[in-house]
Amino acid sequence: MDLTLTPEMADFREEVRAFLIAHRAEYEAGQPKDARAWQRRLIEAGYAARTIPKEYGGYGAEPDVLKARIIAEEFIAANAPRGMAGQGISMLAPTLLEVGSEEQKRRWIAPTLRGEIIWCQGYSEPGAGSDLASLSTKAVEDGDDFVISGSKIWTSTAHLAQMMFCLVRTEPEAAKHEGISYVLIPMDAPGIEVRPLKTMTGQAEFNEVFFTDVRVPQANVVGGRGRGWFVANTTLKHERGMLGDPNATEARLGQLIELMKTERVGGERIVDNPVLRDRLMQLQARVFAMRFNGLRLLTSAITGEPAGLAGLVVKLQGCELNHQIAALAIDALGELGILYHDGPHLRAKGTWQRSYMFDLGLIIGGGTAQIQKNIIAERGLGLPREPSPAKV
Amino acid sequence: MRFALSEDQKLLVDSVGKALAALSPLERVRRFADRREATAPDLWAGLAELGLPGLLIPEAYGGLGLGLLEAALAAEALGAAVAPSPFLGTAVLAPLALTLAGSEAQKAKWLPKLASGEALAGVAIAEAVAGSRDGAGIEAADGKLSGKALFVLDGLAADLLIVADRRGGLHLVETPPKATPMDSIDATRRLSEIEFRDTPATPLASNSALERLRDAAWVILAAETLGAGQAMLDKAVAYAKERRQFGRVIGSFQAVKHLCAEMAAELEPARALVWYAAYAFDHAPEESTVLAAHAKAHLSEIGRFVARTSTEVHGGIGMTDLLGLHYWFKRIGQNRQLLGGPERVREIAARAQGLVGA
Repeated sequence: MDLTLTPEMADFREEVRAFLIAHRAEYEAGQPKDARAWQRRLIEAGYAARTIPKEYGGYGAEPDVLKARIIAEEFIAANAPRGMAGQGISMLAPTLLEVGSEEQKRRWIAPTLRGEIIWCQGYSEPGAGSDLASLSTKAVEDGDDFVISGSKIWTSTAHLAQMMFCLVRTEPEAAKHEGISYVLIPMDAPGIEVRPLKTMTGQAEFNEVFFTDVRVPQANVVGGRGRGWFVANTTLKHERGMLGDPNATEARLGQLIELMKTERVGGERIVDNPVLRDRLMQLQARVFAMRFNGLRLLTSAITGEPAGLAGLVVKLQGCELNHQIAALAIDALGELGILYHDGPHLRAKGTWQRSYMFDLGLIIGGGTAQIQKNIIAERGLGLPREPSPAKV
Repeated sequence: MRFALSEDQKLLVDSVGKALAALSPLERVRRFADRREATAPDLWAGLAELGLPGLLIPEAYGGLGLGLLEAALAAEALGAAVAPSPFLGTAVLAPLALTLAGSEAQKAKWLPKLASGEALAGVAIAEAVAGSRDGAGIEAADGKLSGKALFVLDGLAADLLIVADRRGGLHLVETPPKATPMDSIDATRRLSEIEFRDTPATPLASNSALERLRDAAWVILAAETLGAGQAMLDKAVAYAKERRQFGRVIGSFQAVKHLCAEMAAELEPARALVWYAAYAFDHAPEESTVLAAHAKAHLSEIGRFVARTSTEVHGGIGMTDLLGLHYWFKRIGQNRQLLGGPERVREIAARAQGLVGA
């Protein structure tokens, strides 16, 4: 353990603070006024895409646990938005860095980081949810192309995305996990239809995507034909990290504390209610645990030591914690917590209500809590897999 | 800049773990508990060979001069072995009290003896930290202490006592009165009651020493529970890989493997919390109280969950004295209540952040 604040680190903190003050006009209430301009600004300053090599459009800094922590702390303190964190930036870019070809890295990573290409993830299908490897969207070889048909579901941002990273079955004769390829598909290709999927929040956070004879060059396969399951697992690892991001959770807890300090019921601050205060403290302890666990993970990413269980538990614990934070906010709001959409009494534009519902979706999405527990038990604790049911 | 144990710290964990495997196997723990031994001198002497009693004591007084993180790592190993040892009182709290607030003469007299394992120190701070029960509490006047102290740590056979009075002042007692054992659920850690009647005592001079002691104790109890909880998880996993029902090992059933996953998911991030709380005690004292309180309360909560869940994974055999899993269950249960249960401890975390009654 060495988290000593050297003068260099104190200077670095001042540098981050000065940056956030200098650009105060470019964001408001945790949101950038122009998301892409803000993203470019952050990459330039080294506060986004920090450790991605310069030749691929990142800032190219050496990984540093403490600097990462200082950046997170100062952004939270200033309620300043972090960079974009879509599936392209958080999942595809690191996947390409790990397993993409040199040409793919050069072509896709930089514009993705700058927010110029929005990506969506084509994984789940109506018949392939938790059992993802049973997917049936097929890609048939035709000259230099694949011709794709089938459908995907739970595709967030498909209606905005220019590109999709998608799992398709290219080798129908091969075993379940070995017949899959990971392919990059332009969303404007003829034969793609996107239909919005409205959820309990009242909004269409997801979509269904239908493919009818969609042609994609074979050069768009990442990691080699039939290697899609391996590549997908690389991406899923990054997804687990993104969905359980402790910095986002910590920012949310900060907003909850603020709410409980400012909102009053019958003249009494919510935080002065001992029961609600105790619940807040329970969650704060959990947030701290995830924060320090995150620092441990960053350290192991730098030293190359395997993160083991500390990494495997992040999605399960982080998503659960986010949901519990939203649940406490709803309870703290009380009757005001049931208001929604609009109206003079609605607090924070209904963000807490929406989070309470949407975060439940994130407990399910990206590998359900139950699948996460299988992963923790099997890969982390070495417990045996559930035996396959007898063939009928 | 790294959030990880150093090579030296890993070595410490390894050597304490190995020493305890030899010094404190289940048979030894059971003998201590069954015979209600006051102390386990064989264990303490063995741990003294590693320097454990003097871990926190400055090198000038014969100790190793290490920090609370190293002490927490040792406590984790002690918890994993449910070892009967006077570590908390004798090796952590008494040395801290003397280092923080003792005179040069007091330090010179006691610290070397504590470091070598030759002297044992009891610590009576339960009332001042967690509130008085059954009329307990210590009055200090004219260099003398009167009143009753409950839940005294390592008080049986103590050569000296560190005592907190009702106002939070600390005192050194060099002629300890007789301690009466308090039987508790955890027979591997002996608690006692001590009655003071005009007992001569020397005040220790520092206003915040009691708070520092409390924070350190919370971190050490949290670390012990972490170790005990990890041991219970390891035992559950090992059992689930071996026990067969319905023609397969029970760990292949999701109903069982998910219980194991839930324990791991709770314990693993808590490890980082305990490490940081211990680190902050020495390196970020302004954060120390909040972190120590959260570590104590959070490990109490997840410790309870792990203790019951591991027992359930074991099924009926988990309830038996023969298996001995209950020693870990009870240590976790005792650590939860000692020096304040989680609800009271969290209130202090809230207070320390200015969240109470502004």
